[in-house]
Amino acid sequence: MPEDIKAHITGVVFQIPTKPGDRVAAGDAVIVLESMKMEIPVEAPRAGAVREIKVQEGQTVQEGDVVAVLE
Amino acid sequence: MLRTVLVANRGEIARRVFRACRQLGMRTVAVYSEADREAFHVREADEAVAIGGAPARESYLNSDRILEAARQARADAIHPGYGFLSENWRFAKAVQDAGIVFIGPKPDAIRRMGDKIEARRLMAAARVPILPGSLTPVANAAEARRAADEVGFPIILKAAVGGGGIGMARVGQEAELQSAFTTAARRAQGAFGSGELYVERYLERPRHVEVQVFGDDSGEVVHLHERECSIQRRHQKLVEESPAPNLPAASKAALTSTAVAGARAIGYTNAGTMEFLVDESGRFYFLEMNTRLQVEHPITEEATGLDLVVAQLRVGSGEPLPWRQSEIVQSRAAVECRVYAEDPTKGFLPSPGTVSKLALPSGRGIRIESGIEAGSTVSVHYDPLLLKLVTHAATRAQAVQRMADALDACVIEGVRTTVPFLRRVITSDEFRQGRVHTQMVEQGAFNA
Repeated sequence: MPEDIKAHITGVVFQIPTKPGDRVAAGDAVIVLESMKMEIPVEAPRAGAVREIKVQEGQTVQEGDVVAVLE
Repeated sequence: MLRTVLVANRGEIARRVFRACRQLGMRTVAVYSEADREAFHVREADEAVAIGGAPARESYLNSDRILEAARQARADAIHPGYGFLSENWRFAKAVQDAGIVFIGPKPDAIRRMGDKIEARRLMAAARVPILPGSLTPVANAAEARRAADEVGFPIILKAAVGGGGIGMARVGQEAELQSAFTTAARRAQGAFGSGELYVERYLERPRHVEVQVFGDDSGEVVHLHERECSIQRRHQKLVEESPAPNLPAASKAALTSTAVAGARAIGYTNAGTMEFLVDESGRFYFLEMNTRLQVEHPITEEATGLDLVVAQLRVGSGEPLPWRQSEIVQSRAAVECRVYAEDPTKGFLPSPGTVSKLALPSGRGIRIESGIEAGSTVSVHYDPLLLKLVTHAATRAQAVQRMADALDACVIEGVRTTVPFLRRVITSDEFRQGRVHTQMVEQGAFNA
């Protein structure tokens, strides 16, 4: 079952350490947001493969936006 | 005397500096990013110049744009505030080279104290106690291990060009060293463009006590006593007070005279802060020097009755220090609480948004330094500090009680803030008794 990964805060995409096809463990940073001078990882809720990255570096995302999809 | 001052900053500190300028009859110039077009600080200045996009590197960190704005507005001085370019020696030098007064220390002092390893060497040479550790960068985990063997675990790895707690890692034992080194070096490289690290002994439950110093062009340096700033999260302060409670007179005297000696050794001018860690036995160690006005400067002003920003502008104009050491007396107690747009129930995660409602306390012994008003947008692009609540009174107990009442009267809606957390700190037994250390917040001492 694919699963959406949502941003838990509003911020700007600072880094995307993963790409489609990468295996991640629960708790791994799928993307890193920057908000108010802090780097905040958006973590994988469970282990799996990254199916899709829905954002680009520098893009602003709102709390609740889907940033990536797990396989 | 200077005529026109540009403040290369935003929010509460820009407003604070404008106030001091007005007091001295100086014209004020604000700069602003696209996100800050409607910001509070922009409306208060005599003139405002747009300097670029919302991300700080396009605006408040863009020295060229700021210098251009200064020329356009015919500013003869630039006050950097804190954060942004305030501790960037290249910026200070570019300002000087443009024939504009930089309100702060000389570029060389900023550079030398900004290199944390050089600062340690300079302070050691000036007989300022430093933490045991390396006096040169450690190139890899093996070198860090050799340094750690000499000082003993736990150690802390720190970025040589560090700041704000970035690139710092506590290492409890040798087995953790390799991965901690790699992570810290990578983070330091990303944040500061230099992955250089050094090693210091890690103190488990120290207090953070700092000394405000002030120097002028004649070489005179005075201190304006100490501030206790141990209540921190992510190495960033939340609550500060002056005087520091439970600090024996002998320790205090040693701290202040050491701070002055350290500042003299580097020919320091204008306002600066020597930060120290104090261990349980009362022994103290140099942590770093902040070569700028501190966020928490108002508690020193309220404790001493002196205006630090006015003094910065006067000394920046080439005048001598406005006070002699003997005239600088802590005659009151003052406390500051920093109200951040952060959610303390979620590990102090940022909480950007729009301030829908704002009601702040006022009255005797209450001072507020705010960068927001009802309707203000709290942007993701900048530091989440909304405002500072400062209370003062004849005694510490009264000032603390005043702070508790002030926090109760504080209503901020639309964004989550640190206010509920600050209430728990201020009403806790530990804080009331002045038994604090820098690890308390992270250890959960004030959790609901």
